[in-house]
Amino acid sequence: MMTTENIGPGLIEDSVGLVEPGYYTFAEPPGDLPLRCGKKIGPVTIAFETYGSLNEKKNNAVLITHALSGTAHAAGYHSIHDRYPGWWDLYIGPGKPFDTNRYFIICSNVIGGCNGSTGPSSKNPVTGRPYGLDFPMITIEDMVRAQWHLIKHLGIEKLLAVAGGSMGGMQALKWTIIYPDMVNSVVAIATSASLSAQGIALNEVGRQAIMNDPNWSGGDYYTSKPPDAGLSLARMIGHITYLSDKHMHEKFGRQFMDSDPSEYDFKTSFMVETYLHQQGIKFVDRFDANSYLYITRAIDFFDLKKDFNGNLINAFENVSANFLVISFTSDWLYPSSQSREIVHALRVNEKNVIYTDIETDRGHDAFLIENPALKKNITNFLMREFEKISSQ
Amino acid sequence: MNTDYQIGYDLILNEVPAGSRVLDLGCGDGALLERLQNLKKVKGFGVEISEEGVSKCVEKGLYCYQGDIDDGLSDFKQNIYDFIILNQTLQSTKRPDYVLKEIMRICRTAIISFPNFGHCKTRFQILFRGTMPKNSLLPYEWFESPNIHHLTINDFEDHCEKNRFAVKKEMHFSLKKDGSSRIINFMPNMMAEYGLFVLDGEKFSAEKNIR
Repeated sequence: MMTTENIGPGLIEDSVGLVEPGYYTFAEPPGDLPLRCGKKIGPVTIAFETYGSLNEKKNNAVLITHALSGTAHAAGYHSIHDRYPGWWDLYIGPGKPFDTNRYFIICSNVIGGCNGSTGPSSKNPVTGRPYGLDFPMITIEDMVRAQWHLIKHLGIEKLLAVAGGSMGGMQALKWTIIYPDMVNSVVAIATSASLSAQGIALNEVGRQAIMNDPNWSGGDYYTSKPPDAGLSLARMIGHITYLSDKHMHEKFGRQFMDSDPSEYDFKTSFMVETYLHQQGIKFVDRFDANSYLYITRAIDFFDLKKDFNGNLINAFENVSANFLVISFTSDWLYPSSQSREIVHALRVNEKNVIYTDIETDRGHDAFLIENPALKKNITNFLMREFEKISSQ
Repeated sequence: MNTDYQIGYDLILNEVPAGSRVLDLGCGDGALLERLQNLKKVKGFGVEISEEGVSKCVEKGLYCYQGDIDDGLSDFKQNIYDFIILNQTLQSTKRPDYVLKEIMRICRTAIISFPNFGHCKTRFQILFRGTMPKNSLLPYEWFESPNIHHLTINDFEDHCEKNRFAVKKEMHFSLKKDGSSRIINFMPNMMAEYGLFVLDGEKFSAEKNIR
């Protein structure tokens, strides 16, 4: 599905080039996908992209799992007119950590999402209208179970690695627990075995912003004006949590957009305000408010401890994957202590685990930007893991 | 990161049987673990305080986690490792007594090696020059030294006795020009540059359980 012939002049050399999303539909009637909440859903479509090629042994496949607002479009460009590449293009491509010359990279949109996979904005086969709040509650485990269907469809028995940051890391951890025989290794970045109360609180404020937008209309807004104000506010709150205080100070400080405003008023005047507004506005064009509600809820409910009688050590008892766990020193949304908790549980279970706390002031979002230490560790870890299974 | 990374390697390599489960505390760039893995096919793990050290271990394909051994090893089960190696690291831990007890609890056998502060070079420097020793063993100025708990071979022997650490073997040594070790049997507390003790962790835990 990767084409490199038509790369336009604007596309950089180390990119995977032009890519096209694929769609895989399963759980068609009379089948369905049972969900954690007890309900069933079907049919389910999963949007996905792949980069690189699957080798003969089919042992070089790496599944990339995305975070809250991510999509299947992790690398390359959809058209030569695209201004920006996929969300993790810095890390996926020829010669990059997820090296498309070596590995077969797969990224899919989560169930519940709004970028091609079945979610609240998809048509409910029963009513013929978008699901809205009739969409069943989904969990991180449901996302993983849906991905499992895609991986099987692609003919892969065992993944070389599952890799993701934030909510992507949660999925990666879940993969090792529910499909221990299908995962050789995991790259879990800036993630947690359960979100903190502070994280849940911030998610709730975002959800309330959406639900209190009159346009939200109980989630039934697909034929009218969507709750853009609420969704954009939710995104603004989210963005604050993805950065660190220090980075915000260095990037914006107390600078004004123009010179010192002559009047004291409520017009946007600080640079940091403008930045947040822009993030909010950009987001409403590409994201569905109901998906935001469902996915943040899935993050809130994710709790590996609760699944195993309150004991994280039990959660990892039967995993067979090797782990690379990475946290960032300035991440206060998924603090390093939460990564250490995962590492601790893995160590007690005598699993192979690497842990590093990367020094950075870029906060939670550090994994989405250029970070030499992160790149180096992922590159070497994957290379060694691939060597190890290749020599078996 | 521990830069004294060749010291005592030959002795340690001899001491560890093939296929053992080994934990190297303060493993630095993983050079010793890599050798143990290549030459002895051990199942090796490392703990290293620096991000840079961990990154080098990842490069070597070693499993290593970034952490401070002073924060404890409480998450490890009793006797979980066949060998724990604490090579040239004891003197820079904040709580050496606590670290040693933890090591003894979780290993079957511990290999502890450290620069011997009782070596004549060091003694003479203090005695005749009246300055803090700075030499091949202790290559730092007093104000920049990571070595905060200096000890001698005799100190360690006393410590083992007081804490009922059974000593399996003592192999104190100095370095030859080529970096390999020469065992010093004559007055080691004065003549050996480094102390090396092999301790019985299994016995320690067993006795502790009875008590």
